[in-house]
Amino acid sequence: MTCAATVARVEADTEEGFERPETEAAQRLAAGARDRVRFEEEALALADQVYRVARHLAGSREEAEDLVQETYARAFRSWRSFQPGTNLRAWLLRILTNINIDRGRRDQRAPQMQALEANDYFLYDRLAESDDGITDEERVVERLSQDDVVAALSAVPHDFRDVLVLVDIGDFSYQDAAQILDIPIGTVMSRLHRGRRILKRELAESAVGERT
Amino acid sequence: MKDPCAHCEEMMQPYLDRVLTDEEMSEAEAHLDECEQCRRRYRFEESLRIYVRQAVDEQMPPELKEKLAALRIPLD
Repeated sequence: MTCAATVARVEADTEEGFERPETEAAQRLAAGARDRVRFEEEALALADQVYRVARHLAGSREEAEDLVQETYARAFRSWRSFQPGTNLRAWLLRILTNINIDRGRRDQRAPQMQALEANDYFLYDRLAESDDGITDEERVVERLSQDDVVAALSAVPHDFRDVLVLVDIGDFSYQDAAQILDIPIGTVMSRLHRGRRILKRELAESAVGERT
Repeated sequence: MKDPCAHCEEMMQPYLDRVLTDEEMSEAEAHLDECEQCRRRYRFEESLRIYVRQAVDEQMPPELKEKLAALRIPLD
């Protein structure tokens, strides 16, 4: 091989050698960008569902909007930690509840339940005892305005309300709620059951002026 | 023997959450078939859950959606 030919060969190799990684890097970048855009679009498509849950985890509409915005800002920054194929809505809610807790919401300890905790039939029984004893759905609607229900839900202490909102409003499974809140599934079940009872006691108060 | 209505009350929440075993489910249903009072209470609870869910449902303000879209990280 002549000297000139060797140089030409080396130059060609070098060019190739430089070119290949550049192309691969560019391809990787493009694939990463595609994945990120897809992630962002999927996350944004869930925003309405995330807000519906956030609205009742937070104390007010403003707080909920703020929480959702911070959640999305974090999610967009740390999108690579989301494992594709897993539950994106639960992942977003996990971020949201963490932010909510970081904000010191937990400073307020859930109050000890009074000895007289309503049982599961509490609201039904109170309605049955009142007036004409009708306890069908119409009676509930007739006695409780939307505002009453929202106020009753917000009166449920945080620890119980978080679970209640995730399962009964957000339609998450016990398992998802346990992962989102990072608590054992048994705790989810007991808080959910007690939370529902507390809610019914609050509703009874609105419906028939019951004080317990 | 345990009061069957009290036992039925204990099963109401897991029944409506559909987390009872087949055996427990049959047990609850057998009691509900013969007990009008428990049946009405179960129906009431089910309606109440639906009502609560509808009553607290609140759509996201449209401007929030725009704010969230603006948080997207621009492509380089």
